[in-house]
Amino acid sequence: MKLAYWMYAGPAHIGTLRIATSFRKVHAIMHAPLGDDYFNVMRSMLERKRDFTPVTASVVDRHVLARGSQEKVIQNIKRKDKEEQPDLVLLTPTCTSSILQEDLQNFVNRASQDAKADVLLADVNHYRVNELQAADRTLEQVVRFYLEKAEKDGSIQTEKTKNPSVNILGPCNLGFHVHHDIAELKRLFKDLSITVNTIIPEGASVEELKKLPQAWFNIVPYREVGLLSAQLLEKKYNMPFVATTPIGIVETANFIRQIQTLLKQLGFAADFEKYIDLQTRFVSQSAWFSRSIDCQNLAGKTAVVFGDATHTVAITKILSQEMGVRVLVAGTYCKPEETWFREEVSKYCEDILITDDHNLVGDMIAKLEPSAIFGTQMERHIGKRLNIPCGVISAPVHIQNFPLSYRPFIGYEGSNQIADLIYNSFTLGMEDHLLEIFGGHDTKDISSSTLSNENIWDVEAESELKRIPGFVRGKIKRNVEKFAKTNNLSTITLDVMYACKEAGDM
Amino acid sequence: MNTEQGSLINSNSITFECETGNYHTFCPISCVAWLYQKIEDSFFLVIGTKTCGYFLQNALGVMIFAEPRYAMAELEEADISAHLNDYMELKRLCTLIKKDRNPSVIFWIGTCTTEIIKMDLEGIAPKLENELGVPIIVARANGLDYAFTQGEDTVLAALAQTFGTKSTISEDNSSTPNLIIFGSVPNTVVYELSNELKTYGIDVKGWLPAKRYTEFPTLNERDFVCGVNPYLSRTATTLMRRRKCQLIGAPFPIGPDGTKAWVEKICSVYNVPTPGLNDREEKAWKSLEPYLQVLRGKSVFFMGDNLLEISLARFFIRCGMSVYEIGIPYLDKRYQGGELALLEKTCQEMGTFLPVIVEKPDNYNQLNRIKDLHPDLVITGMAHANPLEARGINTKWSVEFTFSQIHGFTNAKNILDLICKPLQRQTTFKELGWKNYHTLV
Repeated sequence: MKLAYWMYAGPAHIGTLRIATSFRKVHAIMHAPLGDDYFNVMRSMLERKRDFTPVTASVVDRHVLARGSQEKVIQNIKRKDKEEQPDLVLLTPTCTSSILQEDLQNFVNRASQDAKADVLLADVNHYRVNELQAADRTLEQVVRFYLEKAEKDGSIQTEKTKNPSVNILGPCNLGFHVHHDIAELKRLFKDLSITVNTIIPEGASVEELKKLPQAWFNIVPYREVGLLSAQLLEKKYNMPFVATTPIGIVETANFIRQIQTLLKQLGFAADFEKYIDLQTRFVSQSAWFSRSIDCQNLAGKTAVVFGDATHTVAITKILSQEMGVRVLVAGTYCKPEETWFREEVSKYCEDILITDDHNLVGDMIAKLEPSAIFGTQMERHIGKRLNIPCGVISAPVHIQNFPLSYRPFIGYEGSNQIADLIYNSFTLGMEDHLLEIFGGHDTKDISSSTLSNENIWDVEAESELKRIPGFVRGKIKRNVEKFAKTNNLSTITLDVMYACKEAGDM
Repeated sequence: MNTEQGSLINSNSITFECETGNYHTFCPISCVAWLYQKIEDSFFLVIGTKTCGYFLQNALGVMIFAEPRYAMAELEEADISAHLNDYMELKRLCTLIKKDRNPSVIFWIGTCTTEIIKMDLEGIAPKLENELGVPIIVARANGLDYAFTQGEDTVLAALAQTFGTKSTISEDNSSTPNLIIFGSVPNTVVYELSNELKTYGIDVKGWLPAKRYTEFPTLNERDFVCGVNPYLSRTATTLMRRRKCQLIGAPFPIGPDGTKAWVEKICSVYNVPTPGLNDREEKAWKSLEPYLQVLRGKSVFFMGDNLLEISLARFFIRCGMSVYEIGIPYLDKRYQGGELALLEKTCQEMGTFLPVIVEKPDNYNQLNRIKDLHPDLVITGMAHANPLEARGINTKWSVEFTFSQIHGFTNAKNILDLICKPLQRQTTFKELGWKNYHTLV
């Protein structure tokens, strides 16, 4: 047992569901107790999805415990097959169902005899993999299944496209700024005259999977999800892939050059150097920003970076090589990526932290007192407590990190966004600091007492007042005092507060 | 004073249906969110997996950053396969909690996983309680058996078995039995409801739960108990059977009509008249008039997820709305008897049709019915709210009723505030022609 207040990566089934619901016409059936379909809330609320989340629970209750799921799962699969007519039904086990040890594969086999849809059992172990690993595996499983199916019925499309083309592997819903990143990637490839063959799973249909081998190569923009699929395609169809994340000016150039090399190896004369140079100097403002006086102020400032492996590595490199910021610690909660992570960042930071315990991260930040933090929502709250500004650069995130406006992290526009994010974090911290030195805003204390000296709050009323949330307390205090004054009451008791509330004055 | 109630028998009575139970709701462990705030010296330890933790973390949002007095005892593979000793593991964690937080009581919230692997929490608790010197109370608030607010019911039922057992026979036996009210409500609501009863000379002896574990009331046989929340049927049963208390079955104090009926029923048990109560209700309704103007003639559909549905529907009908369907996870017809009777009576008096009550609803079927009926307002969970809005249907998240102050005369306006918002904002959308966001034209 582990005492835990907070976790960075969710349970395995969340990863599976993220993949399933990113595809079009794929329905996931969770084998789970009532209340485990919280994923639907997240997708509907965070992503503000207009469509019903295609996830249904086959509810595990007392009857199931006593008698096994028996026909229940099969019926649920068949029912969804009829109602929604999906291409694929993905049976998703949860932590509860995995300890029941029912033969879910058998249910899948039986259901697929009648169902029009394909039926698969997501192959993930709840107690061994987390959300991100499960997403990676599920994507690979679905890709493998449809490639094999297409091979069997001869519909596989292995002939390469005439012009250079690419598959983008891994972007899925509930990812950090994923939709904006996809748009930016599309733009980048358009600029490079490379056709985007497919993007999976986000917005794709499983039908498209059989044309994956058409592309000249694959890219995996995020380290955590998509790598297994890229490796599978490399092994099966000899498709090369690029797993560099194009976040930051330097890494974007690096990414483009890798593609250039790849294309040359495939016999296509590509020369992107001029494009890189133009984008770097004039289209993106970020390289110029690095040279500007503003950025000079950042030189030598300290920062701590913590998040998933992809974003932490990218931001650490940007801070260190593009902005001249001293990264005291770069850390990640993606333990399986430890080796890769260390290799990538060791040159750009003074220390490395691999942990999924937010207390360790908090203590580390408190001890180091960096001028800014770049992390997840948890680090943002740590920063609030310690009065250190924080830019959010990685999941887990709140709804405000699903912005409506265009905010990619990837590519040349992404580098502008990140430069703003970094600069704003630091200046805000500086402003705060200056305010403190010069005595703060002069409006600070106005709200606390204007009428208060004439009234006496009794102990009960005062303790009640203390319970009222801070942001409205002042207002309520004033209103109650005003109420007492108009009614000629010198002492404020609970009754007075209550009467005030009832009069609608509170 | 008119104290007769609900005895009118109507030929077209409420229809009860039961569907597949395939609906969206919160896991009952969510009750720790409001209970840890209510019981100020408590600590809640949820013994479950990453799934439980992920739910709490996301459902409770920012609360998690406020150093809450709850945590997960996250089960790992070694716990599941019994390579680790449950007793030793729980001892280790609870010792840590005692050292860091020093609570007056620790609640263990059992989950689906502890049920399936048959972890003997009830057996381990008394032993550990002795060793640690901190009371440990075990509640099985799991998704195998319960929905959302029923989590509170399991916790209060567990408390009801043990709290305040010390006898108070020394007090004069001749006096009328004490009144204990059960149900977790914010302290201001406790104050308000107690005050309503005090007006008629009835002293509430105590509340379950009280602000602090150490302040829980004593409970004697034959004491009167009365609930304020519609989802506390196990607690009621426990108080009656285990503690030999007398349950006052009343409608719940939600809405001015419910509050009046609740006060009236309690007063009738104590045989005290309630002069001025009608005026009190009248006054409350008058202050709600601006809301009622918005609501009259509008229709509502409850998809059902928190067991407050019947009381809310009854209040909304009294406000002049019509209710098509009351979805509800679980209905205890005995515990909610007073409420059901008032619902029927309200429908008759308002001249509206009786709603269908659907227990264990099927969300998929409900969505089809909503499509056909096109109600003015659907009260639903967050999983369906945005997709329904995209289809031009007004929604209100049901969860907000659980987290708002809704009891008593003065809080009725909070409830109406919640449902008027989606209805009122729609008027401008109509003018703008903004509808149907789910299909491309």
